[in-house]
Amino acid sequence: MKLGTRRRTLLAFGASAPLVAAAGACGNTPGGGADGATAWGLTGGAEEAMRASFEAWNEANPDDQITAEYFANDAYKEKIRTAIGSGNAPTLVFGWAGATLAEYVENDAVMDLTEDTAALIDRVLPSVAATGTIDGKVYAVPNNQSQPVVMYYNNDVLEAAGTQQPTTWNELLASIEALKGADVIPIALAGQSVWPELMWISYLADRVGGADAFNRVIAGEAGAWSHPDMLRAAQMITELVDAGAFGDSFASVVADAGADHALVSTGKAGMILQGSWIYPEFRTNAPDLVENGGLRFSTFPVVEDGLGDPSNIVGNPANFWSVSAKDEEDSRQTAADYLSEAIYDDEHIDSLLEIGAVPPVVGIEDKIAAADSAEFLTLNYEMVRDAANFQLSWDQALPADQAQELLNNLSTLFLGEQTAEEFCAAMDATL
Amino acid sequence: MPTDDSASVVEATASARPGGRRRARPNGPSKWMAAPALILFGFFAIVPLFGVAALSFVEWDGIGEISWAGLDNWKEAAGDPVSRNALWLTLKLTFLCVLFQAPVSLLLGVFLAGRQRYRALLATLFFLPLLFSSAAVAITFTALLDPNFGAGTALDADWLSQNWLGDPELALYVVVFVIGWCFIPFHTLIYQAGTRQIPREIYEAARMDGAGTVAQFFMITLPMLKYTIVTSTTLLIVGSLTYFDLIFVLTGGGPGNATRVLPLDMYLTGFRSHDMGKASVLALVLVIVGLAVSLGLNKITGASRMDSRSEA
Repeated sequence: MKLGTRRRTLLAFGASAPLVAAAGACGNTPGGGADGATAWGLTGGAEEAMRASFEAWNEANPDDQITAEYFANDAYKEKIRTAIGSGNAPTLVFGWAGATLAEYVENDAVMDLTEDTAALIDRVLPSVAATGTIDGKVYAVPNNQSQPVVMYYNNDVLEAAGTQQPTTWNELLASIEALKGADVIPIALAGQSVWPELMWISYLADRVGGADAFNRVIAGEAGAWSHPDMLRAAQMITELVDAGAFGDSFASVVADAGADHALVSTGKAGMILQGSWIYPEFRTNAPDLVENGGLRFSTFPVVEDGLGDPSNIVGNPANFWSVSAKDEEDSRQTAADYLSEAIYDDEHIDSLLEIGAVPPVVGIEDKIAAADSAEFLTLNYEMVRDAANFQLSWDQALPADQAQELLNNLSTLFLGEQTAEEFCAAMDATL
Repeated sequence: MPTDDSASVVEATASARPGGRRRARPNGPSKWMAAPALILFGFFAIVPLFGVAALSFVEWDGIGEISWAGLDNWKEAAGDPVSRNALWLTLKLTFLCVLFQAPVSLLLGVFLAGRQRYRALLATLFFLPLLFSSAAVAITFTALLDPNFGAGTALDADWLSQNWLGDPELALYVVVFVIGWCFIPFHTLIYQAGTRQIPREIYEAARMDGAGTVAQFFMITLPMLKYTIVTSTTLLIVGSLTYFDLIFVLTGGGPGNATRVLPLDMYLTGFRSHDMGKASVLALVLVIVGLAVSLGLNKITGASRMDSRSEA
């Protein structure tokens, strides 16, 4: 029985013991074979557009085929690491850039794409292209839509509570009181998944201290987490929790199943801070709300006297393709050609827009204005285009061990098990 | 009448003596028949175990260079409050699982051992959770326990709409309950089979002596099930020590670190923080604790002399 359970675990999660993971990676290794270039992508999200792009490429280039496989998010993240570590990576490596990419580069696992993709990079919005660049060299190029984090509001709920979309921190606190008075959860938050909590502290730290607040952490400056700006952001989290902004059972809410935005679309909560990727789900789950204009969206409120540029955003600038340096010459060339020719060509842009995803490409305002849900897509596009700084999600920007510590400490901060000071001290210890 | 009775008891003891028959054929089947299992076990359990032991003395993030770390990982794990808490939680979880599952499965198993038709029907229903994958069970329970859209809302029962998985005080008990829901059927099955092995004549004799149902349970069923209890409890304890998948999907170790048991801590350290060295230390601790507990249980309960039961 136990053995059976364990075996199931392996199937479900890719691996559960280091060595079995290595064995698992040997089990299916498209990389390095003689059958041409390979790619591992993610299921869900913009998978359709990615599939369409590969199909179009394979049809046009019968001699330089790319074979793609798709994995679930968590399973992929663990699998790709083992694959890269053991030299079995696919030619095209899907990623989030950030600290992981820096590690790949440090270990010569991915190749320099600066020359091959110069034409593509010219068409990409600079704040996004910068994410895939390390020391002036391009190691990763974006492959799908920009995913900024957006504030969504159920305007029907806000109006019923006699309040409106907050544009500043103080207005936000006032709205929370009004919504509590109306007996709804002011802000939906998927606390069990923890990463939605990151969005709050990232935005607050930025609004209070500007991009520098987190850049100090990335630079590894001693005491960066207990810097007054960062401490203030952590205190604001505690203030929100103490004010009951997230209700009293947010720690039971899971983001994967969409239980957080369902609270907003069913009118049980007034607002939610989430990635732009949940917008299509609002359209599916609450078409009436979306059509009658009850669903509103905006950038994150500004903090009075804060240093942050209100145009700053956080989220995922995009997902990225890198090319494995360990693969054969032919496959690498195919992959590089694919990147420079097929990524964000007209067809690819259209198929992304069709699923409500906004590619970070220069000068596509007209295309977006003509698409379905143009209002949301335009906001999404303008946020990315006009951002003074597009901060990559902290858990991607930090090395994995620090990111895990952050998620851990952040969840206890939200639970009230740690004070803001304790949180900052605990995080300082990870630098 | 007395002669009849003693004859059937003799018959019963004879048929319930598999151990005696095995000893009558000292050579048994060829030892080579164990080879396939041994090879698999050696290749997938023993060899990796040495690998993990070696990894526990190095610093490795899964991609970069492997560098010698000596005892650093061990010191780090010993001093880490999260890992220490994980060990404590594992012991607590194991204790709670035994406390919850053992009595319930024992009673259910004895109840289902009866041959009545309605019990057969119930047995089939009770065993259903055995067929479900842990991941599916965990996802279903997450949905059922959702404070806003879960069973509480559907049934309009406010007491069901608790912060089940979000309250650090409550989450571990909810996890114990869900694990119990999954595994009680398995242990019930063991107890049902064990109870059915008990010769009916013993009960008939007890009834003649005027023993009621409760007295029969404590005087006959329970003592006769001694080794079934040992087997089931050993499986339960070792299983709970290494339990992973359901908790991983159900809570991911949260809220905070409230359900971050040792196997989960090992996994998160190895595959999320990419600290293979420290994760290997935790893995070895699990192996050592698991081995010690199951060997200890065997020693204390004398289960290694299990085949002498029918003579006892």
